[in-house]
Amino acid sequence: MTIEVLSRPSSPALIPSGQMQPVRRQRKNVLDLDDFSVAEIEAVLETAAAMKDVLSRPIKKVPTLRGKTLVTMFYEASTRTRVAFEVAAKALGADTVAVAAASSSVTKGESLIDTIRTLQALGADFVVMRHHQAGAPYVVAEEVKASVINAGDGWHAHPTQALLDLFTIKERLGRIAGLHVAIIGDILHSRVARSNLWGLTTMGANVVLCGPPTMLPAPAFCEGLPWNVERTYRLDEALEGADVVMMLRMQLERGSGGLFPSVREYVRTYALTEERLARAKPGAVVMHPGPMNEGVEIDPRVARGAQSLIEAQVTNGVAVRMALLYLLSGLPA
Amino acid sequence: MIRLVGGRIIDPASHRDEIADLLIDSDRIVDNAGSNGETVIDVSGYVVAPGFVDLHCHLREPGFEDAETIASGTRAAAAGGFTTVCALADTQPSTDTGSDVEALLTQARRDAVVRVLPVGTTTKRRESQELSEMVDMAEVGAIAFSDDGRAVRSASLMRHALEYSLLVERPISSHAEDPDLVDGGVMHEGRLATVLGLKGIPREAEEIAVARDLALARLTGGRLHLAHLSTAGAVEQVRRAKAAGVRVTAEVAPHNLVLTDATISDRPYDTNARTDPPLRSLEDAAALLEGLRDGTIDCVATDHSPRRWIDKACEFDAAKPGISGLETAFGLLMRLVHNHSLSLTELIAALSQRAANAWALPYGTLEPGASADVVVLDPDQAWVVDPERFLSKGKNSPLGGQTLRGTILLTIASGSIAYRNGL
Repeated sequence: MTIEVLSRPSSPALIPSGQMQPVRRQRKNVLDLDDFSVAEIEAVLETAAAMKDVLSRPIKKVPTLRGKTLVTMFYEASTRTRVAFEVAAKALGADTVAVAAASSSVTKGESLIDTIRTLQALGADFVVMRHHQAGAPYVVAEEVKASVINAGDGWHAHPTQALLDLFTIKERLGRIAGLHVAIIGDILHSRVARSNLWGLTTMGANVVLCGPPTMLPAPAFCEGLPWNVERTYRLDEALEGADVVMMLRMQLERGSGGLFPSVREYVRTYALTEERLARAKPGAVVMHPGPMNEGVEIDPRVARGAQSLIEAQVTNGVAVRMALLYLLSGLPA
Repeated sequence: MIRLVGGRIIDPASHRDEIADLLIDSDRIVDNAGSNGETVIDVSGYVVAPGFVDLHCHLREPGFEDAETIASGTRAAAAGGFTTVCALADTQPSTDTGSDVEALLTQARRDAVVRVLPVGTTTKRRESQELSEMVDMAEVGAIAFSDDGRAVRSASLMRHALEYSLLVERPISSHAEDPDLVDGGVMHEGRLATVLGLKGIPREAEEIAVARDLALARLTGGRLHLAHLSTAGAVEQVRRAKAAGVRVTAEVAPHNLVLTDATISDRPYDTNARTDPPLRSLEDAAALLEGLRDGTIDCVATDHSPRRWIDKACEFDAAKPGISGLETAFGLLMRLVHNHSLSLTELIAALSQRAANAWALPYGTLEPGASADVVVLDPDQAWVVDPERFLSKGKNSPLGGQTLRGTILLTIASGSIAYRNGL
């Protein structure tokens, strides 16, 4: 048995107790948070705090990854994730290359194989990949020598978003364990929700999922998973006593797909307004992975209000990705 | 003459299980040695059984020869112990007319090493618009009709297909899956699809379609065959329909009997484990096994679906479904014998006699006078699956690297040695 770990060589042993002693191997890829331990997540969050210090200096740059190349490959539109990776890589002295990836459904399989060959030819050290189909980064990770970082694959996972969410929560509230976190919206089709479920439950948060029945995973399908958590269809119930309110983006560009009758009814039932937010704990924080549909899932006053961490999420996204790149490179502290 | 000496003959059709010699004269199994010269093969220590009959096999020719040909597909069949394979109609062009059937048989006479029986389409070009010319096809050798890969879209057309098939007394084989409910799904809808973020196919997609087809079989009196059942609910429906006298037969694929959707998460997003219908849960596999044991399900059929490398070396959603299954069917199914879920005799019957009976084919027995279709196997010999060494052009198997216990040593089809492995 082998486990991949992401930690500085100086950190304490991460081997869990048990009869089978897993072999530790420096982590190569970040594909999801389902294989991250508490210690590993903590290592990322601590390193990200140090990176945030670097970013607050007058010269926001260190030469740690000089000579390394990071390739971004986005088959699906993204602004903040792609930019955050590029800024993070540059702040660490790495070179970045953006490969334009056709998202045409006609090319399908061929395009992914093409991608793999391109990456091998480029000799990239890091590949940051976003793809509209779940599992695509796994195909690439198996084939290339570079570290592959999943920047979002279909409905499946968005691990760096979840890590920056964890970092932002801990930074503001001082801890993650024991917090009540409400995730609200289209859970079933959300990679952000999936990765956050792994991350939050690993770190000991109490999560409640809230959305219309057509957008929640069936309870039977959650059995035996760490994210077999509380669920409700009613927003007010989910907000009751919440420390963190995590809103998801409504994928309006996909159309309703028969999942809900109208935007109007969705807004009426699930939009986070100031009145409804009042049900959460005083000082509760509001998060959103962006881009927001202001006026749909979230009222603009809440998005810009004192309880919103949405801008901090964007800023922290750079520090967390710097931390990941640094840790993946396996360099000593 | 061929004389197989000293093997344990298991012939479910004649309730035989004994150590004896088996004699073959020309293309027939015989009682007594004739006057011709003899080829003697010592098979002591091994099992001699009727050659397997596969009611469900995609040979891809004509049209998709880069995935499989009749030559490569029938060699794979022989290596898997199969002496009769029914070739499904989803070729290019599809098997729509008498001349398509004749063309397939002509090609088979030239290239095949085992018997190939054509299955014609139920509807022209499998488009669910008009019935195919069943009389024309049946006259020249089509043994069943199927739009496999797709369900017959409209209930009224399926009704007419079942009615019209009474004219030729051939079964209509149905790919029973509601396309609206599949709706782009790629694996069993359940816990693992939820974790992997893949769109699921609920069991109900099959159960609704099976309910429709059973009702239409009852209405029309036509012979319905249900291809590749995958759900516990469908098994229960077939059980009740048979008890009520509906003319229905059913098959199950080896992978749906033995594997589950966990195959897709063991090696994340293994496109080789994408099948249609999908690999489902342990409970479904257990119900399918129970159905096979109590006769609700008539037989095992491989649904051998060879694919080009590029059709599997891609994203899970983009991958084409199917497993190249002829060469691993017996070894995989032997897991059920080794774990005492089935007896060896039951397994042999499910692969030969019961398959032949389902479609009233005169094969699947070692009785004197029968066609000399024979397989010699070693139920205990272990081997490691290496898809690159398949005789099939399709290397798409989720079993690569796994050890299977159960090996085919010799396959004789119509009296000719079609495959020989170390004997």
